[in-house]
Amino acid sequence: MKYFLRRLGFYLFTAWAAITLNFFIPRMLPGDPVQSLINKFQGRLNTDAVESLYVLFGLDENRTVWQDYLAYLNNLFHGDLGISFTYFPTPVTQILTQSLPWTIALVGLSTIIGFVLGTLAGVGLGWRRGTWADNLLPIANFFSAIPYFWLGIIAIALFAVAWPAFPAAGGYDPGTLPGWNMEFIGGAIYHGILPALTIIISSISGWILGMRNMMVTVSSEDYVTVAQAKGLPERKVMFGYAARNAVLPSISGFALSLGFIVGGTLVAEMVFSYPGIGYMLFQAIGSKDYPLMQGAFLVVTISVLVASMLADFVYAFLDPRTRVEG
Amino acid sequence: MTITTPQRTQAEPLLEIRNLSVDYGYDDDAVRALSNVNLTLHRGEILGLAGESGCGKSTLAYAATRLLPPPGVITGGEVLFTSSRSRESGDLLRMSDKQLRAQRWRDTAIVFQGSMNALNPVYKVGKQLIDGIAAHEKMSRSAMRERAAELLTMVGISADRLDSYPHQLSGGMRQRVMIAMALALEPELVIMDEPTTALDVVMQRQIVEQIIELKDKLGFSVIFITHDVSLLIELADRIAIMYAGEIVEDAGSREVYHEPRHPYTAGLLHSFPPLRGPKRELGGIPGSPPDLLSLPSGCRFRTRCPYAVDACAQLVPELGGTVFGDEEPHRSVACHLHDDAVDTPAVPAELAVRPEGRTLLGVDPR
Repeated sequence: MKYFLRRLGFYLFTAWAAITLNFFIPRMLPGDPVQSLINKFQGRLNTDAVESLYVLFGLDENRTVWQDYLAYLNNLFHGDLGISFTYFPTPVTQILTQSLPWTIALVGLSTIIGFVLGTLAGVGLGWRRGTWADNLLPIANFFSAIPYFWLGIIAIALFAVAWPAFPAAGGYDPGTLPGWNMEFIGGAIYHGILPALTIIISSISGWILGMRNMMVTVSSEDYVTVAQAKGLPERKVMFGYAARNAVLPSISGFALSLGFIVGGTLVAEMVFSYPGIGYMLFQAIGSKDYPLMQGAFLVVTISVLVASMLADFVYAFLDPRTRVEG
Repeated sequence: MTITTPQRTQAEPLLEIRNLSVDYGYDDDAVRALSNVNLTLHRGEILGLAGESGCGKSTLAYAATRLLPPPGVITGGEVLFTSSRSRESGDLLRMSDKQLRAQRWRDTAIVFQGSMNALNPVYKVGKQLIDGIAAHEKMSRSAMRERAAELLTMVGISADRLDSYPHQLSGGMRQRVMIAMALALEPELVIMDEPTTALDVVMQRQIVEQIIELKDKLGFSVIFITHDVSLLIELADRIAIMYAGEIVEDAGSREVYHEPRHPYTAGLLHSFPPLRGPKRELGGIPGSPPDLLSLPSGCRFRTRCPYAVDACAQLVPELGGTVFGDEEPHRSVACHLHDDAVDTPAVPAELAVRPEGRTLLGVDPR
């Protein structure tokens, strides 16, 4: 218990550090948000409008950095991340809450599917090392070497253009309104299949190879031979002794990749013009939308932290040796 | 502990290994790790397997139980197990997987170097004791836990250690847990693969005494694998000396100690100080074990043997009777010096010591 509290404290501190950095970095950049906004409107703003923008962004008063920082923390606490430039005057929070579900559903699901399938395949391949199963490894190697954007473009060229079975872009049927109805959800699933497949294909090989190699290593451990010598059923030895221990490194890798779901999907969402947070971030960078970028980075940071915290706890649960006693 | 006398009773065989050969690797890359090994373990016996590292002692034990990890391949032979409970008797190498699984642990258990990695680090000790029982017995969970506690107590560990993880135990305790685990189903044969090697001498002594005590109590037979010949001489009834994948001498442990017949055995005995009696010159064996990929022709030991003659390079010695023939019917040696059919000089005095202390010095008994 003490271990969990100590870890929790560590992660809270890290989160605070990340939030603080997130506050200072944009302030070290030249210019200010209003200047950026003026640039965006290419000077077609009159002085009154500029004046009111300064008021809106709270840049009219002479406040110390410390006061700013406290205000920032206070706003953050109330879910206020500022106002986006690109989608002016929509609050960043609103944009993020709109795009996050898309990313989590698409990338989250395909990451989990890729991990589960890849790990299971790795268990099988590792257990049957030295047989025909080894011939599948070069194929896995090949797919793990393909750059994701290329795979995505090829998938679009083949299955959306040459043979139009799937849509090439978007997250849902443009003719439907977002809502909990069959028509919209069906369209969303239909739009999600192609990007999901490409994500699964490009990530699965890594899981297969990692798990397979760990299986080979663990299978030669004495305790696996002991389990065999005990006359345990083959499945029990394979899953209960070999895979149970071999999966440990994959677990932390998986937790980290869950953390990167939010941030690491930029390419996938760009290729498929998918309305997720990666695509938003891409647009924010393109139009120097600092508040949106800041918001997106914050979400990415927090999700990585939460994921690695989960990884720590799951790992401690699965591997008693990592529990620090005391 | 006294030096045990060799068993000369008409004990029935429990495990007979016949012409067992094992390769490492496949096809052309294969290395022959065991060549036509013959060995018989009698009921109630402690059989020691000794030899330098890499001589194939562990390979023999794992091949005989079909636990050899790839790329080890059994290329021939048979391993006959005769159970007194007659549940799963027969050739272990030709049993179906199902029969083999039923036979394992119930009839043949193995004690590994428990202090190393033989216990799964992620499971509690109790769970690992119980799942071996659960694979063979239909018992309630609580009955199995009770049995596991009983086993731990039997090897001198308090029962509350059932909920400990292996890393929370000392090396000696882990080794005891391994022994308790092996005895869970009261097997007839326990194979011990260097069970004391990683332990300090005090702990080693305790474990060995425990093994003997448990053996007397439960009546199992033991194949004890170690490179420590001095330990075997005290512990084992019979010792088989292995060299480069072959058994070169098979005799009672007292005989091995006082009356070695093979030059390699004699060399091994010169590698450690005598346990009692007059001091002996420590010599060791010159050279190192041969590369199994490029074995010398004829006798594999001839390149290191002080008594090698021309015939040794031409003929492969077979495991057979000693030069004393019918006077020592129970022991065998693989050396041309003891073979009447091969023209060799008289057996050197060192290898012709007789039980009465009488040496056939320079006298050709033929």
